[in-house]
Amino acid sequence: MMLEREIVVVGAGPAGLSAALEAARTGARVLLVDENSKPGGQLFKQIHKFFGSKDHQAGVRGIDIGTQLLKDAEDLDIEVWLDAEVCGIFNQSDVWIVRNREHTVNVRAKRIILATGAVENAVNFPGWTLPGVMGAGAAQTMINLHRVLPGERFLMIGSGNVGVIVSYQLLQAGGDVKAVVEAAPRLGGYGVHTAKVRRAGVPFYTSHTVLEARGTDHVESATIVQLDESWKPIAGTEKDLDVDTICIAAGLTPLVELAFAAGCAPVYSPLLGGMVPLHDRSMRTSIPSIYIAGDISGVEEASTAMEEGRMAGLCAAHSLGYVDEDTYTYGFAAAEGRMLALRSGMFGQKRRDAKAAIIAYNEG
Amino acid sequence: MRRIVEHPVLGALPESEMVRIIVDGEELWARKGEMIAAALMASGKQYFRKTIKVHEPRGIYCGIGRCTDCVMTVNGIPNVRTCITAVEEGMVIQTQMGYGAWNTQEGQ
Amino acid sequence: MGIEIHEDLGLKITGAPSLEQLHESVCYQLPPEDRRALGAVIECIEGIPCNPCETSCPQGAIIVGNEITNLPVVDLDKCTGCGICVAACPGLAIYLKKYLFKEDLAYIAFPFEYVPLPTEGQTIDMVDRMGSVVCQGTVLRVVKIKKNDRTAVIHVSYPNECYEQVVNMKRLPAV
Repeated sequence: MMLEREIVVVGAGPAGLSAALEAARTGARVLLVDENSKPGGQLFKQIHKFFGSKDHQAGVRGIDIGTQLLKDAEDLDIEVWLDAEVCGIFNQSDVWIVRNREHTVNVRAKRIILATGAVENAVNFPGWTLPGVMGAGAAQTMINLHRVLPGERFLMIGSGNVGVIVSYQLLQAGGDVKAVVEAAPRLGGYGVHTAKVRRAGVPFYTSHTVLEARGTDHVESATIVQLDESWKPIAGTEKDLDVDTICIAAGLTPLVELAFAAGCAPVYSPLLGGMVPLHDRSMRTSIPSIYIAGDISGVEEASTAMEEGRMAGLCAAHSLGYVDEDTYTYGFAAAEGRMLALRSGMFGQKRRDAKAAIIAYNEG
Repeated sequence: MRRIVEHPVLGALPESEMVRIIVDGEELWARKGEMIAAALMASGKQYFRKTIKVHEPRGIYCGIGRCTDCVMTVNGIPNVRTCITAVEEGMVIQTQMGYGAWNTQEGQ
Repeated sequence: MGIEIHEDLGLKITGAPSLEQLHESVCYQLPPEDRRALGAVIECIEGIPCNPCETSCPQGAIIVGNEITNLPVVDLDKCTGCGICVAACPGLAIYLKKYLFKEDLAYIAFPFEYVPLPTEGQTIDMVDRMGSVVCQGTVLRVVKIKKNDRTAVIHVSYPNECYEQVVNMKRLPAV
């Protein structure tokens, strides 16, 4: 059966929720779908206070931002389908959805906003398939969502913000983080994040990587090793660690399958995680009826995901005639301003440049 | 591997209705609505399945239902992603060997 | 483990800012030894977009400015040592300090987001930026108020010979 909706938002994480709310506020009729049984994406695992300014809800914990977004969605009476997997997009408008893993629904949408997020990268090494080796996000899910500590003694691989924030959260959950290793010669995450972990007594090892994990039914120990300038292990620098869990925080890759299956043109952005859909300043892809927001457009953070969601929601609604020109111009400028503020400083500037390159390529 | 009873941000673990599940023939009490993987890890289960040829142990990897490393046979149905499937009263869960088999007789 | 990583190697190697890096930064100012009131000390030395320290201060004693990537600067003349910024900072990078608490004891009030919390009167181990125990302290107050959104602020007296070194406490073992 074919239903009709004005705007279908795929993914109810911070980007999708923000897009749905922004569009719904203009009066557009929004259908928000998510494959999970609970909305929020990765937001409900972020128990730390966010950065930014008041505009970005700085100082508020991710979990509380998430709760507020859900409440706003409820207040606006947005139609939400959970346990709803989008399996394909045809003719640039027809969204094939399987509900409750049981029955198919086809929805013809005037506009589609894809906010499907990203997936953690894997790093393989001998023993990496042992139970106890998991993504840093998996450990974060277990401790903050399911309230189960997945081990007792942890090795964290990767010192980007995900690695150091999850290390901190593992300590908060009662875990013993034995070490954080970083293959590069310098740590990647924010200094304030690494400082919290360091003053809790957790050592950081730059120019180090994991050599192997050992164990019978589960991880029982691991060996880390120092790397030379060519990223090769230096013989004699191996160190054994008494750990039962190894968390891998080696970056994320945008989940772009739906966009490319729909026919969106791709562009390669190494800094932002790989192949992403080409888009313009309004987050519209090469297909005029399809927009993107959040990590699918390039891996950044929850704060930028929400801003991109608001931009996509505003622009999609405007393209359907729901927003007058003055409101649109003001809203567009405000959204860009908020995004620019987040993409500033020694960490943010690189992401700003990478985003600008995508938009320039699109225009070129 | 244990439940987090006290947490500085999330607070105390709230009381929960418990459900009875059977794991490899043994009774286990789990919190109603929690994910199978969480219940099993809280009980100390080391691995969830073994691979078909070399019988290597596997547990969770991505934790959000994308990688299928955590699959087990649940109520006779193989390849159920335990990290995103909630426990239910009377659920029969088996460590899966290889691909598992669609065999409701064996499952119960 | 055997590998010695010296704190002088700095923030991007050890994870903690070195004293040299802090002294070079515009934001870090250790309150002078003769100051009577507590003073806010900020150890946020990278330009990230963030300004709750500025917006939370009721005295306007912390300045970030329009470019929220600017490093925060504390005006110690305006700072009353109220401690609101200590809990407001999302990076937990601010604490209050005073050299002259009483006798040969200094005073620190730092953010803490772990359980169990210490109790008033308890003797605890105090750590430096590398997490090494440098001395012991006495807990004077444990502040956990709703406004601080689950960030406890612990007030401790400790030997003033460790005035600059100490930044936090060693976490207590689980109950």
